[in-house]
Amino acid sequence: MTSYFLKRLLLFIPTLLGITFITFLLTQAVPGDPVLGMVGERADPAVVERLRAEIGADKPFLVRYGGYLSLLAKGEMGRSYYSHHPVASDIVEKFGNTLRLALTAIVFSIIIGVSLGIVTALKRGTWVDRAGSALAVAGISLPVFWLGLVLMLVLAGWLHLLPPSGMGHGEPIYLVLPALTLAIGSSSFIARVTRSSMLEVLGQPYMATAVAKGLGRGRVILHALRNALIPIVTLIGLDLGSYLNGSVLTETIFGWDGLGRYALEGITKRDYPVVMGTVLFGAAIFVTVNLIIDILNSVIDPRIRHSAKER
Amino acid sequence: MEWRRLWTRLKKEPLALTSAVVIVLIVVAAVGAPLVAPFDPLGINLDALRLPPDGAHLLGTDSKGRDVLSRVIYGGRASLGIALVAAGVSVVIGLAFGTIAGYFGGKIDMAVVALVDLLLSFPSLLLAVGITVVLPAGAFSVVLALALVGWGGFARLVRGVVLSIREQAYVEAARSIGCSSARILIRHILPNCGALIVVVTSIRIGGFIMSEAALSFLGLGIQPPIPTWGSMISLNRAYILSAPWMVLFPGLALFVTVMAFNIFGDFLRDYLDPRMKG
Repeated sequence: MTSYFLKRLLLFIPTLLGITFITFLLTQAVPGDPVLGMVGERADPAVVERLRAEIGADKPFLVRYGGYLSLLAKGEMGRSYYSHHPVASDIVEKFGNTLRLALTAIVFSIIIGVSLGIVTALKRGTWVDRAGSALAVAGISLPVFWLGLVLMLVLAGWLHLLPPSGMGHGEPIYLVLPALTLAIGSSSFIARVTRSSMLEVLGQPYMATAVAKGLGRGRVILHALRNALIPIVTLIGLDLGSYLNGSVLTETIFGWDGLGRYALEGITKRDYPVVMGTVLFGAAIFVTVNLIIDILNSVIDPRIRHSAKER
Repeated sequence: MEWRRLWTRLKKEPLALTSAVVIVLIVVAAVGAPLVAPFDPLGINLDALRLPPDGAHLLGTDSKGRDVLSRVIYGGRASLGIALVAAGVSVVIGLAFGTIAGYFGGKIDMAVVALVDLLLSFPSLLLAVGITVVLPAGAFSVVLALALVGWGGFARLVRGVVLSIREQAYVEAARSIGCSSARILIRHILPNCGALIVVVTSIRIGGFIMSEAALSFLGLGIQPPIPTWGSMISLNRAYILSAPWMVLFPGLALFVTVMAFNIFGDFLRDYLDPRMKG
Protein backbone atom coordinates (compact mmCIF):
# COMPACT_ATOMS: atom_id res chain seq x y z
CA MET A 1 0.00 0.00 0.00
CA THR A 2 2.77 2.46 0.91
CA SER A 3 4.63 1.51 -2.25
CA TYR A 4 1.47 2.10 -4.27
CA PHE A 5 1.22 5.66 -2.97
CA LEU A 6 4.95 6.17 -3.35
CA LYS A 7 4.58 5.25 -7.00
CA ARG A 8 1.75 7.74 -7.33
CA LEU A 9 3.88 10.42 -5.69
CA LEU A 10 6.75 9.74 -8.08
CA LEU A 11 4.37 10.18 -11.04
CA PHE A 12 3.52 13.61 -9.68
CA ILE A 13 6.63 15.32 -11.04
CA PRO A 14 6.53 14.07 -14.65
CA THR A 15 2.81 14.88 -14.82
CA LEU A 16 3.44 18.47 -13.74
CA LEU A 17 6.43 18.75 -16.08
CA GLY A 18 4.25 17.62 -18.96
CA ILE A 19 1.61 20.19 -18.08
CA THR A 20 4.14 23.04 -17.86
CA PHE A 21 5.54 22.03 -21.24
CA ILE A 22 2.18 21.95 -22.97
CA THR A 23 0.97 25.19 -21.42
CA PHE A 24 4.24 26.87 -22.35
CA LEU A 25 3.92 25.57 -25.89
CA LEU A 26 0.33 26.84 -26.11
CA THR A 27 1.18 30.32 -24.86
CA GLN A 28 3.89 30.50 -27.52
CA ALA A 29 1.88 29.00 -30.37
CA VAL A 30 -1.00 31.39 -29.87
CA PRO A 31 -1.20 34.20 -32.46
CA GLY A 32 -0.77 37.72 -31.13
CA ASP A 33 2.06 39.27 -29.23
CA PRO A 34 1.91 39.93 -25.49
CA VAL A 35 4.30 42.86 -25.88
CA LEU A 36 2.00 44.59 -28.37
CA GLY A 37 -0.83 43.89 -25.92
CA MET A 38 1.14 45.70 -23.21
CA VAL A 39 2.11 48.82 -25.12
CA GLY A 40 -0.39 48.96 -27.99
CA GLU A 41 -0.02 48.42 -31.74
CA ARG A 42 1.49 51.82 -32.47
CA ALA A 43 4.27 51.80 -29.87
CA ASP A 44 7.83 52.84 -30.66
CA PRO A 45 9.63 49.78 -32.17
CA ALA A 46 12.62 50.43 -29.87
CA VAL A 47 10.40 50.14 -26.80
CA VAL A 48 8.84 46.97 -28.19
CA GLU A 49 12.28 45.45 -28.74
CA ARG A 50 13.42 46.38 -25.24
CA LEU A 51 10.32 44.88 -23.63
CA ARG A 52 10.63 41.78 -25.79
CA ALA A 53 14.18 41.28 -24.53
CA GLU A 54 13.01 41.96 -20.97
CA ILE A 55 10.47 39.11 -21.00
CA GLY A 56 12.80 36.95 -23.08
CA ALA A 57 10.48 36.74 -26.08
CA ASP A 58 13.45 37.13 -28.45
CA LYS A 59 15.10 33.84 -27.45
CA PRO A 60 14.31 30.42 -28.96
CA PHE A 61 11.53 28.35 -27.45
CA LEU A 62 13.58 25.71 -25.68
CA VAL A 63 15.87 28.30 -24.10
CA ARG A 64 12.86 30.10 -22.69
CA TYR A 65 11.31 26.86 -21.47
CA GLY A 66 14.59 25.91 -19.80
CA GLY A 67 14.70 29.34 -18.21
CA TYR A 68 11.19 28.84 -16.85
CA LEU A 69 12.09 25.45 -15.39
CA SER A 70 15.15 26.84 -13.64
CA LEU A 71 12.95 29.59 -12.19
CA LEU A 72 10.56 26.92 -10.91
CA ALA A 73 13.45 25.04 -9.34
CA LYS A 74 14.19 28.18 -7.32
CA GLY A 75 10.56 28.29 -6.20
CA GLU A 76 9.72 31.26 -8.41
CA MET A 77 7.28 31.73 -11.28
CA GLY A 78 8.47 34.98 -12.80
CA ARG A 79 6.74 38.33 -12.62
CA SER A 80 3.47 39.57 -14.05
CA TYR A 81 3.99 41.59 -17.24
CA TYR A 82 1.64 44.26 -15.92
CA SER A 83 1.88 44.60 -12.14
CA HIS A 84 5.49 43.30 -11.99
CA HIS A 85 4.54 41.43 -8.81
CA PRO A 86 6.15 38.01 -8.40
CA VAL A 87 3.54 35.49 -9.61
CA ALA A 88 4.39 32.93 -6.91
CA SER A 89 3.66 35.30 -4.03
CA ASP A 90 0.50 36.60 -5.76
CA ILE A 91 -0.71 33.01 -6.08
CA VAL A 92 -0.04 32.31 -2.41
CA GLU A 93 -1.96 35.42 -1.43
CA LYS A 94 -4.98 34.73 -3.67
CA PHE A 95 -4.96 31.07 -2.72
CA GLY A 96 -5.55 32.04 0.91
CA ASN A 97 -8.80 33.74 -0.10
CA THR A 98 -9.79 30.93 -2.44
CA LEU A 99 -9.06 28.32 0.22
CA ARG A 100 -11.38 29.95 2.77
CA LEU A 101 -14.16 30.16 0.18
CA ALA A 102 -13.59 26.61 -1.08
CA LEU A 103 -13.64 25.01 2.36
CA THR A 104 -16.80 26.85 3.41
CA ALA A 105 -18.49 25.97 0.11
CA ILE A 106 -17.59 22.30 0.38
CA VAL A 107 -18.93 22.12 3.95
CA PHE A 108 -22.20 23.68 2.75
CA SER A 109 -22.51 21.34 -0.19
CA ILE A 110 -21.78 18.26 1.92
CA ILE A 111 -24.40 19.25 4.48
CA ILE A 112 -27.05 20.07 1.86
CA GLY A 113 -26.17 17.34 -0.65
CA VAL A 114 -25.61 14.35 1.62
CA SER A 115 -28.67 15.01 3.77
CA LEU A 116 -30.88 15.56 0.72
CA GLY A 117 -29.49 12.37 -0.82
CA ILE A 118 -30.07 10.28 2.32
CA VAL A 119 -33.60 11.59 2.83
CA THR A 120 -34.63 10.99 -0.80
CA ALA A 121 -33.13 7.49 -0.74
CA LEU A 122 -34.93 6.53 2.48
CA LYS A 123 -38.23 7.98 1.22
CA ARG A 124 -37.85 6.45 -2.22
CA GLY A 125 -40.93 6.76 -4.43
CA THR A 126 -42.75 9.20 -2.15
CA TRP A 127 -43.43 12.88 -2.80
CA VAL A 128 -40.34 13.71 -0.71
CA ASP A 129 -38.21 11.76 -3.18
CA ARG A 130 -39.82 13.45 -6.18
CA ALA A 131 -39.48 16.92 -4.65
CA GLY A 132 -35.85 16.25 -3.74
CA SER A 133 -35.04 14.98 -7.22
CA ALA A 134 -36.74 18.00 -8.79
CA LEU A 135 -34.66 20.26 -6.53
CA ALA A 136 -31.52 18.46 -7.62
CA VAL A 137 -32.32 18.90 -11.34
CA ALA A 138 -33.08 22.57 -10.70
CA GLY A 139 -29.80 22.97 -8.82
CA ILE A 140 -27.83 21.43 -11.67
CA SER A 141 -29.53 23.72 -14.20
CA LEU A 142 -28.96 26.98 -12.32
CA PRO A 143 -26.42 29.28 -13.96
CA VAL A 144 -24.04 30.06 -11.10
CA PHE A 145 -23.54 33.71 -12.01
CA TRP A 146 -27.29 34.32 -12.04
CA LEU A 147 -27.90 32.31 -8.87
CA GLY A 148 -25.29 34.45 -7.10
CA LEU A 149 -27.07 37.65 -8.12
CA VAL A 150 -30.47 36.29 -7.10
CA LEU A 151 -29.16 35.24 -3.69
CA MET A 152 -27.57 38.68 -3.37
CA LEU A 153 -30.91 40.32 -4.17
CA VAL A 154 -32.91 38.18 -1.73
CA LEU A 155 -30.55 37.72 1.21
CA ALA A 156 -28.75 41.06 1.07
CA GLY A 157 -31.13 43.40 -0.78
CA TRP A 158 -34.51 42.34 0.56
CA LEU A 159 -33.82 40.59 3.87
CA HIS A 160 -30.66 42.53 4.83
CA LEU A 161 -29.21 39.37 6.38
CA LEU A 162 -25.80 39.44 4.69
CA PRO A 163 -23.42 41.90 3.06
CA PRO A 164 -24.03 41.86 -0.73
CA SER A 165 -20.44 41.44 -1.90
CA GLY A 166 -16.78 42.05 -1.18
CA MET A 167 -14.58 40.47 1.47
CA GLY A 168 -14.81 43.03 4.30
CA HIS A 169 -11.86 42.64 6.63
CA GLY A 170 -12.08 38.89 6.45
CA GLU A 171 -15.22 38.52 8.61
CA PRO A 172 -16.78 35.09 8.07
CA ILE A 173 -20.17 36.63 7.24
CA TYR A 174 -18.79 37.79 3.87
CA LEU A 175 -18.13 34.14 3.03
CA VAL A 176 -21.74 33.02 3.29
CA LEU A 177 -23.18 34.34 0.01
CA PRO A 178 -20.38 33.25 -2.35
CA ALA A 179 -20.00 29.92 -0.57
CA LEU A 180 -23.72 29.22 -0.78
CA THR A 181 -23.73 30.16 -4.46
CA LEU A 182 -20.93 27.72 -5.17
CA ALA A 183 -22.43 25.01 -2.98
CA ILE A 184 -25.89 24.77 -4.55
CA GLY A 185 -24.73 23.40 -7.89
CA SER A 186 -22.42 20.77 -6.48
CA SER A 187 -24.77 19.81 -3.64
CA SER A 188 -27.26 18.81 -6.34
CA PHE A 189 -24.74 16.43 -7.86
CA ILE A 190 -23.79 15.14 -4.41
CA ALA A 191 -27.47 14.58 -3.60
CA ARG A 192 -27.98 12.56 -6.80
CA VAL A 193 -24.93 10.41 -6.22
CA THR A 194 -25.70 9.94 -2.52
CA ARG A 195 -29.24 8.86 -3.36
CA SER A 196 -28.28 6.28 -5.98
CA SER A 197 -25.35 5.00 -3.94
CA MET A 198 -27.51 4.67 -0.80
CA LEU A 199 -30.23 2.87 -2.79
CA GLU A 200 -27.69 0.39 -4.04
CA VAL A 201 -26.39 -0.30 -0.55
CA LEU A 202 -29.85 -0.44 1.03
CA GLY A 203 -30.71 -3.29 -1.34
CA GLN A 204 -27.79 -5.44 -0.14
CA PRO A 205 -28.48 -8.52 2.02
CA TYR A 206 -26.23 -7.26 4.83
CA MET A 207 -28.53 -4.28 5.28
CA ALA A 208 -31.46 -6.64 5.78
CA THR A 209 -29.29 -8.43 8.35
CA ALA A 210 -28.56 -5.16 10.12
CA VAL A 211 -32.25 -4.37 10.36
CA ALA A 212 -33.12 -7.95 11.33
CA LYS A 213 -30.68 -8.03 14.21
CA GLY A 214 -32.44 -4.99 15.63
CA LEU A 215 -30.07 -2.07 15.01
CA GLY A 216 -31.67 1.32 15.61
CA ARG A 217 -32.66 3.48 12.66
CA GLY A 218 -29.75 5.88 13.10
CA ARG A 219 -27.24 3.02 13.28
CA VAL A 220 -28.71 1.45 10.16
CA ILE A 221 -28.37 4.70 8.23
CA LEU A 222 -24.76 5.11 9.37
CA HIS A 223 -24.09 1.50 8.42
CA ALA A 224 -25.46 2.13 4.91
CA LEU A 225 -23.73 5.50 4.58
CA ARG A 226 -20.29 4.12 5.25
CA ASN A 227 -20.74 1.58 2.48
CA ALA A 228 -22.21 4.17 0.14
CA LEU A 229 -19.42 6.63 0.82
CA ILE A 230 -16.89 5.88 -1.90
CA PRO A 231 -18.59 7.53 -4.89
CA ILE A 232 -19.65 10.40 -2.64
CA VAL A 233 -16.11 11.03 -1.37
CA THR A 234 -14.79 10.87 -4.92
CA LEU A 235 -17.31 13.44 -6.13
CA ILE A 236 -16.72 15.75 -3.16
CA GLY A 237 -12.99 15.54 -3.81
CA LEU A 238 -13.42 16.50 -7.46
CA ASP A 239 -15.61 19.45 -6.47
CA LEU A 240 -13.12 20.55 -3.85
CA GLY A 241 -10.37 20.33 -6.46
CA SER A 242 -12.25 22.63 -8.80
CA TYR A 243 -13.14 25.06 -5.98
CA LEU A 244 -9.50 25.26 -4.93
CA ASN A 245 -8.60 26.34 -8.46
CA GLY A 246 -10.79 29.34 -7.93
CA SER A 247 -14.27 29.84 -9.28
CA VAL A 248 -14.08 32.46 -12.00
CA LEU A 249 -17.76 33.35 -12.15
CA THR A 250 -18.57 33.39 -8.44
CA GLU A 251 -15.45 35.37 -7.61
CA THR A 252 -16.31 37.88 -10.34
CA ILE A 253 -19.83 38.46 -9.02
CA PHE A 254 -18.88 38.85 -5.40
CA GLY A 255 -15.65 40.75 -5.92
CA TRP A 256 -13.72 37.95 -4.23
CA ASP A 257 -9.99 38.37 -4.70
CA GLY A 258 -9.19 34.72 -5.42
CA LEU A 259 -7.32 32.52 -7.85
CA GLY A 260 -10.17 32.30 -10.37
CA ARG A 261 -10.24 36.03 -11.04
CA TYR A 262 -6.46 36.13 -11.06
CA ALA A 263 -6.32 33.40 -13.72
CA LEU A 264 -9.09 35.04 -15.75
CA GLU A 265 -7.30 38.38 -15.70
CA GLY A 266 -4.05 36.69 -16.70
CA ILE A 267 -5.69 34.97 -19.66
CA THR A 268 -7.61 37.99 -20.96
CA LYS A 269 -4.49 40.21 -20.74
CA ARG A 270 -2.17 37.49 -22.08
CA ASP A 271 -0.06 37.88 -18.99
CA TYR A 272 1.75 34.59 -19.67
CA PRO A 273 3.69 34.24 -16.40
CA VAL A 274 0.35 34.50 -14.59
CA VAL A 275 -1.28 31.98 -16.98
CA MET A 276 1.61 29.53 -16.55
CA GLY A 277 1.62 29.94 -12.79
CA THR A 278 -2.11 29.45 -12.28
CA VAL A 279 -2.34 26.49 -14.68
CA LEU A 280 0.60 24.78 -13.01
CA PHE A 281 -0.72 25.48 -9.53
CA GLY A 282 -4.18 24.24 -10.53
CA ALA A 283 -2.76 21.02 -11.96
CA ALA A 284 -0.73 20.43 -8.80
CA ILE A 285 -3.90 20.85 -6.75
CA PHE A 286 -5.85 18.44 -8.92
CA VAL A 287 -3.18 15.77 -8.71
CA THR A 288 -2.88 16.22 -4.93
CA VAL A 289 -6.63 16.09 -4.39
CA ASN A 290 -6.88 12.92 -6.48
CA LEU A 291 -4.19 11.32 -4.37
CA ILE A 292 -5.98 12.32 -1.17
CA ILE A 293 -9.25 10.88 -2.51
CA ASP A 294 -7.53 7.56 -3.20
CA ILE A 295 -6.00 7.48 0.30
CA LEU A 296 -9.37 8.34 1.88
CA ASN A 297 -11.16 5.68 -0.14
CA SER A 298 -8.67 3.04 0.93
CA VAL A 299 -9.26 4.07 4.55
CA ILE A 300 -13.02 3.80 4.10
CA ASP A 301 -12.90 0.50 2.23
CA PRO A 302 -10.15 -1.87 3.36
CA ARG A 303 -10.68 -4.00 0.24
CA ILE A 304 -9.04 -1.29 -1.88
CA ARG A 305 -6.06 -1.28 0.49
CA HIS A 306 -5.59 -5.03 0.24
CA SER A 307 -5.95 -5.27 -3.51
CA ALA A 308 -3.35 -2.51 -3.84
CA LYS A 309 -1.00 -4.53 -1.65
CA GLU A 310 -1.24 -7.55 -3.91
CA ARG A 311 -0.22 -5.57 -6.94
CA MET B 1 -36.57 5.68 -33.79
CA GLU B 2 -40.24 4.94 -33.47
CA TRP B 3 -42.00 8.23 -32.94
CA ARG B 4 -45.28 6.75 -31.80
CA ARG B 5 -43.70 4.75 -28.98
CA LEU B 6 -41.68 7.75 -27.89
CA TRP B 7 -44.86 9.82 -27.78
CA THR B 8 -46.70 7.17 -25.72
CA ARG B 9 -43.90 7.14 -23.19
CA LEU B 10 -43.66 10.91 -23.14
CA LYS B 11 -47.37 11.25 -22.38
CA LYS B 12 -46.87 9.16 -19.24
CA GLU B 13 -44.18 11.42 -17.83
CA PRO B 14 -45.59 14.86 -17.07
CA LEU B 15 -42.22 16.42 -16.21
CA ALA B 16 -40.60 15.29 -19.45
CA LEU B 17 -43.67 16.29 -21.42
CA THR B 18 -43.64 19.77 -19.87
CA SER B 19 -39.98 20.16 -20.65
CA ALA B 20 -40.58 19.11 -24.26
CA VAL B 21 -43.34 21.71 -24.57
CA VAL B 22 -41.05 24.34 -23.02
CA ILE B 23 -38.27 23.48 -25.46
CA VAL B 24 -40.65 23.75 -28.42
CA LEU B 25 -41.95 27.12 -27.18
CA ILE B 26 -38.46 28.50 -26.66
CA VAL B 27 -37.25 27.31 -30.05
CA VAL B 28 -40.34 28.75 -31.76
CA ALA B 29 -39.84 32.09 -29.98
CA ALA B 30 -36.16 32.12 -30.93
CA VAL B 31 -36.75 31.27 -34.58
CA GLY B 32 -39.73 33.59 -34.91
CA ALA B 33 -38.19 36.37 -32.81
CA PRO B 34 -39.03 39.18 -35.30
CA LEU B 35 -42.70 38.12 -35.21
CA VAL B 36 -42.93 37.37 -31.49
CA ALA B 37 -40.98 40.24 -29.93
CA PRO B 38 -43.22 43.24 -29.17
CA PHE B 39 -40.43 45.82 -29.60
CA ASP B 40 -37.15 46.30 -31.43
CA PRO B 41 -34.53 44.69 -29.13
CA LEU B 42 -32.03 47.41 -30.06
CA GLY B 43 -34.52 50.31 -29.97
CA ILE B 44 -33.19 52.85 -27.48
CA ASN B 45 -35.82 54.98 -25.74
CA LEU B 46 -34.40 57.58 -23.38
CA ASP B 47 -37.85 58.41 -22.02
CA ALA B 48 -38.33 54.88 -20.68
CA LEU B 49 -35.18 54.07 -18.71
CA ARG B 50 -35.31 51.17 -16.24
CA LEU B 51 -39.09 50.99 -16.08
CA PRO B 52 -40.35 48.14 -13.89
CA PRO B 53 -42.58 45.54 -15.58
CA ASP B 54 -46.01 46.90 -16.54
CA GLY B 55 -48.68 46.49 -19.24
CA ALA B 56 -46.63 48.04 -22.05
CA HIS B 57 -43.29 46.45 -21.19
CA LEU B 58 -44.19 43.07 -19.69
CA LEU B 59 -40.67 42.52 -18.32
CA GLY B 60 -39.72 46.19 -17.93
CA THR B 61 -37.03 48.15 -19.73
CA ASP B 62 -33.24 48.34 -19.34
CA SER B 63 -30.70 51.14 -18.82
CA LYS B 64 -31.15 52.35 -22.38
CA GLY B 65 -34.93 52.05 -22.34
CA ARG B 66 -34.92 48.88 -24.44
CA ASP B 67 -37.71 46.36 -23.91
CA VAL B 68 -36.42 43.50 -21.74
CA LEU B 69 -38.92 40.93 -23.08
CA SER B 70 -37.85 41.58 -26.68
CA ARG B 71 -34.21 41.36 -25.68
CA VAL B 72 -34.80 38.09 -23.83
CA ILE B 73 -36.47 36.65 -26.96
CA TYR B 74 -33.67 37.80 -29.26
CA GLY B 75 -31.12 36.76 -26.64
CA GLY B 76 -32.53 33.24 -26.80
CA ARG B 77 -32.00 33.30 -30.54
CA ALA B 78 -28.30 34.07 -30.14
CA SER B 79 -27.71 31.80 -27.15
CA LEU B 80 -29.58 28.78 -28.51
CA GLY B 81 -28.20 29.21 -32.01
CA ILE B 82 -24.61 29.28 -30.84
CA ALA B 83 -25.04 26.45 -28.35
CA LEU B 84 -26.73 24.18 -30.92
CA VAL B 85 -24.19 24.84 -33.66
CA ALA B 86 -21.32 24.35 -31.19
CA ALA B 87 -22.86 21.09 -29.98
CA GLY B 88 -23.25 19.95 -33.58
CA VAL B 89 -19.63 20.74 -34.44
CA SER B 90 -18.48 18.97 -31.25
CA VAL B 91 -20.46 15.88 -32.19
CA VAL B 92 -18.94 15.82 -35.66
CA ILE B 93 -15.37 16.24 -34.39
CA GLY B 94 -16.01 13.75 -31.59
CA LEU B 95 -17.48 11.21 -34.01
CA ALA B 96 -14.56 11.55 -36.40
CA PHE B 97 -11.89 11.14 -33.72
CA GLY B 98 -13.84 8.56 -31.74
CA THR B 99 -14.62 6.24 -34.64
CA ILE B 100 -11.14 6.44 -36.09
CA ALA B 101 -9.52 5.78 -32.71
CA GLY B 102 -11.88 2.97 -31.82
CA TYR B 103 -11.83 1.30 -35.22
CA PHE B 104 -8.15 1.42 -36.08
CA GLY B 105 -6.81 1.05 -32.54
CA GLY B 106 -3.08 0.85 -31.91
CA LYS B 107 -0.99 3.99 -32.11
CA ILE B 108 -3.78 6.14 -33.57
CA ASP B 109 -5.98 5.15 -30.66
CA MET B 110 -3.27 5.94 -28.12
CA ALA B 111 -2.66 9.36 -29.67
CA VAL B 112 -6.35 10.28 -29.66
CA VAL B 113 -6.84 9.07 -26.09
CA ALA B 114 -3.83 11.09 -24.94
CA LEU B 115 -5.12 14.18 -26.73
CA VAL B 116 -8.58 13.82 -25.17
CA ASP B 117 -7.17 13.21 -21.70
CA LEU B 118 -5.03 16.30 -22.04
CA LEU B 119 -7.99 18.37 -23.21
CA LEU B 120 -10.23 17.19 -20.39
CA SER B 121 -7.56 17.91 -17.77
CA PHE B 122 -7.71 21.66 -18.38
CA PRO B 123 -10.47 23.65 -16.66
CA SER B 124 -12.95 23.94 -19.53
CA LEU B 125 -14.22 27.47 -18.90
CA LEU B 126 -10.70 28.92 -18.71
CA LEU B 127 -9.69 27.00 -21.84
CA ALA B 128 -12.69 28.43 -23.70
CA VAL B 129 -11.78 31.88 -22.39
CA GLY B 130 -8.24 31.40 -23.68
CA ILE B 131 -9.50 30.47 -27.15
CA THR B 132 -11.97 33.36 -27.41
CA VAL B 133 -9.30 35.83 -26.25
CA VAL B 134 -7.03 34.77 -29.07
CA LEU B 135 -9.69 34.89 -31.78
CA PRO B 136 -11.51 38.02 -32.94
CA ALA B 137 -14.72 38.52 -30.95
CA GLY B 138 -17.93 37.23 -32.51
CA ALA B 139 -20.23 34.28 -32.99
CA PHE B 140 -17.66 32.27 -34.93
CA SER B 141 -15.03 32.32 -32.21
CA VAL B 142 -17.56 31.40 -29.51
CA VAL B 143 -18.72 28.40 -31.55
CA LEU B 144 -15.12 27.39 -32.17
CA ALA B 145 -14.17 27.75 -28.49
CA LEU B 146 -17.17 25.74 -27.25
CA ALA B 147 -16.64 23.06 -29.90
CA LEU B 148 -12.90 22.72 -29.28
CA VAL B 149 -13.48 22.41 -25.56
CA GLY B 150 -16.53 20.15 -25.91
CA TRP B 151 -15.61 17.45 -28.46
CA GLY B 152 -13.40 15.42 -26.11
CA GLY B 153 -16.23 13.92 -24.11
CA PHE B 154 -18.05 12.84 -27.28
CA ALA B 155 -14.91 11.32 -28.75
CA ARG B 156 -14.27 9.29 -25.61
CA LEU B 157 -17.81 7.88 -25.60
CA VAL B 158 -17.91 7.11 -29.32
CA ARG B 159 -14.55 5.39 -29.08
CA GLY B 160 -15.86 3.12 -26.34
CA VAL B 161 -18.91 2.15 -28.38
CA VAL B 162 -16.93 1.61 -31.57
CA LEU B 163 -14.50 -0.62 -29.67
CA SER B 164 -17.37 -2.94 -28.80
CA ILE B 165 -19.12 -2.73 -32.19
CA ARG B 166 -15.87 -3.53 -34.00
CA GLU B 167 -15.92 -7.03 -32.56
CA GLN B 168 -19.51 -7.78 -33.64
CA ALA B 169 -20.14 -10.57 -36.11
CA TYR B 170 -21.72 -8.28 -38.73
CA VAL B 171 -18.57 -6.16 -38.92
CA GLU B 172 -16.53 -9.31 -39.33
CA ALA B 173 -18.96 -10.39 -42.07
CA ALA B 174 -18.71 -7.06 -43.86
CA ARG B 175 -14.93 -7.23 -43.73
CA SER B 176 -14.85 -10.80 -45.02
CA ILE B 177 -16.85 -9.94 -48.13
CA GLY B 178 -14.29 -7.24 -48.86
CA CYS B 179 -15.86 -4.00 -47.66
CA SER B 180 -13.40 -1.13 -47.30
CA SER B 181 -12.73 0.39 -43.89
CA ALA B 182 -14.49 3.58 -44.95
CA ARG B 183 -17.61 1.65 -45.96
CA ILE B 184 -17.63 -0.37 -42.75
CA LEU B 185 -17.25 2.80 -40.67
CA ILE B 186 -19.93 4.76 -42.49
CA ARG B 187 -22.47 2.06 -43.30
CA HIS B 188 -22.10 -0.34 -40.39
CA ILE B 189 -20.55 1.36 -37.40
CA LEU B 190 -21.83 4.95 -37.46
CA PRO B 191 -25.54 4.02 -37.69
CA ASN B 192 -25.11 1.91 -34.58
CA CYS B 193 -23.76 4.87 -32.63
CA GLY B 194 -26.96 6.80 -33.43
CA ALA B 195 -28.90 6.23 -30.20
CA LEU B 196 -25.87 6.98 -28.09
CA ILE B 197 -25.18 10.22 -29.93
CA VAL B 198 -28.78 11.40 -29.59
CA VAL B 199 -28.77 10.66 -25.87
CA VAL B 200 -25.43 12.23 -25.07
CA THR B 201 -26.09 15.30 -27.20
CA SER B 202 -29.47 15.88 -25.60
CA ILE B 203 -27.98 15.56 -22.14
CA ARG B 204 -25.14 17.92 -22.92
CA ILE B 205 -27.05 20.64 -24.82
CA GLY B 206 -27.84 22.27 -21.49
CA GLY B 207 -24.14 22.41 -20.73
CA PHE B 208 -23.38 24.09 -24.05
CA ILE B 209 -26.09 26.70 -23.43
CA MET B 210 -24.64 27.32 -19.97
CA SER B 211 -21.07 27.65 -21.31
CA GLU B 212 -22.15 30.09 -24.01
CA ALA B 213 -23.89 32.15 -21.33
CA ALA B 214 -20.79 32.07 -19.12
CA LEU B 215 -18.58 33.32 -21.96
CA SER B 216 -21.09 36.06 -22.77
CA PHE B 217 -21.22 36.94 -19.09
CA LEU B 218 -17.46 37.41 -19.11
CA GLY B 219 -17.80 39.71 -22.13
CA LEU B 220 -16.28 37.21 -24.55
CA GLY B 221 -19.40 36.19 -26.47
CA ILE B 222 -21.37 37.98 -29.16
CA GLN B 223 -20.70 41.66 -28.60
CA PRO B 224 -23.26 44.30 -27.59
CA PRO B 225 -25.64 45.76 -28.61
CA ILE B 226 -26.82 42.31 -29.81
CA PRO B 227 -28.38 40.72 -26.73
CA THR B 228 -27.47 37.32 -25.31
CA TRP B 229 -28.76 36.02 -21.99
CA GLY B 230 -25.29 35.98 -20.48
CA SER B 231 -24.39 39.52 -21.54
CA MET B 232 -27.76 40.89 -20.39
CA ILE B 233 -27.05 39.53 -16.91
CA SER B 234 -23.49 40.80 -16.93
CA LEU B 235 -24.18 44.31 -18.24
CA ASN B 236 -27.02 44.93 -15.78
CA ARG B 237 -25.65 43.27 -12.69
CA ALA B 238 -24.73 46.59 -11.07
CA TYR B 239 -28.50 47.24 -10.89
CA ILE B 240 -29.37 43.94 -9.22
CA LEU B 241 -30.60 45.72 -6.09
CA SER B 242 -32.28 48.75 -7.72
CA ALA B 243 -33.72 47.32 -10.98
CA PRO B 244 -33.59 43.54 -10.56
CA TRP B 245 -35.91 42.70 -13.49
CA MET B 246 -33.11 43.52 -15.95
CA VAL B 247 -31.09 40.61 -14.51
CA LEU B 248 -33.83 38.30 -13.23
CA PHE B 249 -35.64 37.67 -16.53
CA PRO B 250 -32.74 36.79 -18.85
CA GLY B 251 -31.41 34.52 -16.10
CA LEU B 252 -34.80 32.91 -15.63
CA ALA B 253 -34.99 32.23 -19.37
CA LEU B 254 -31.53 30.66 -19.24
CA PHE B 255 -32.37 28.59 -16.16
CA VAL B 256 -35.68 27.30 -17.55
CA THR B 257 -34.14 26.45 -20.92
CA VAL B 258 -31.21 24.57 -19.42
CA MET B 259 -33.49 22.73 -17.02
CA ALA B 260 -35.90 21.75 -19.81
CA PHE B 261 -33.03 20.34 -21.88
CA ASN B 262 -31.62 18.51 -18.85
CA ILE B 263 -34.95 16.90 -17.95
CA PHE B 264 -35.72 15.97 -21.54
CA GLY B 265 -32.21 14.60 -22.00
CA ASP B 266 -32.61 12.39 -18.94
CA PHE B 267 -35.94 11.17 -20.30
CA LEU B 268 -34.46 10.34 -23.71
CA ARG B 269 -31.60 8.49 -22.04
CA ASP B 270 -33.95 6.36 -19.97
CA TYR B 271 -36.09 5.73 -23.04
CA LEU B 272 -33.37 4.85 -25.53
CA ASP B 273 -30.82 3.24 -23.30
CA PRO B 274 -31.99 2.23 -19.81
CA ARG B 275 -28.55 0.79 -19.10
CA MET B 276 -27.09 4.29 -18.98
CA LYS B 277 -29.37 5.24 -16.11
CA GLY B 278 -27.17 6.26 -13.25
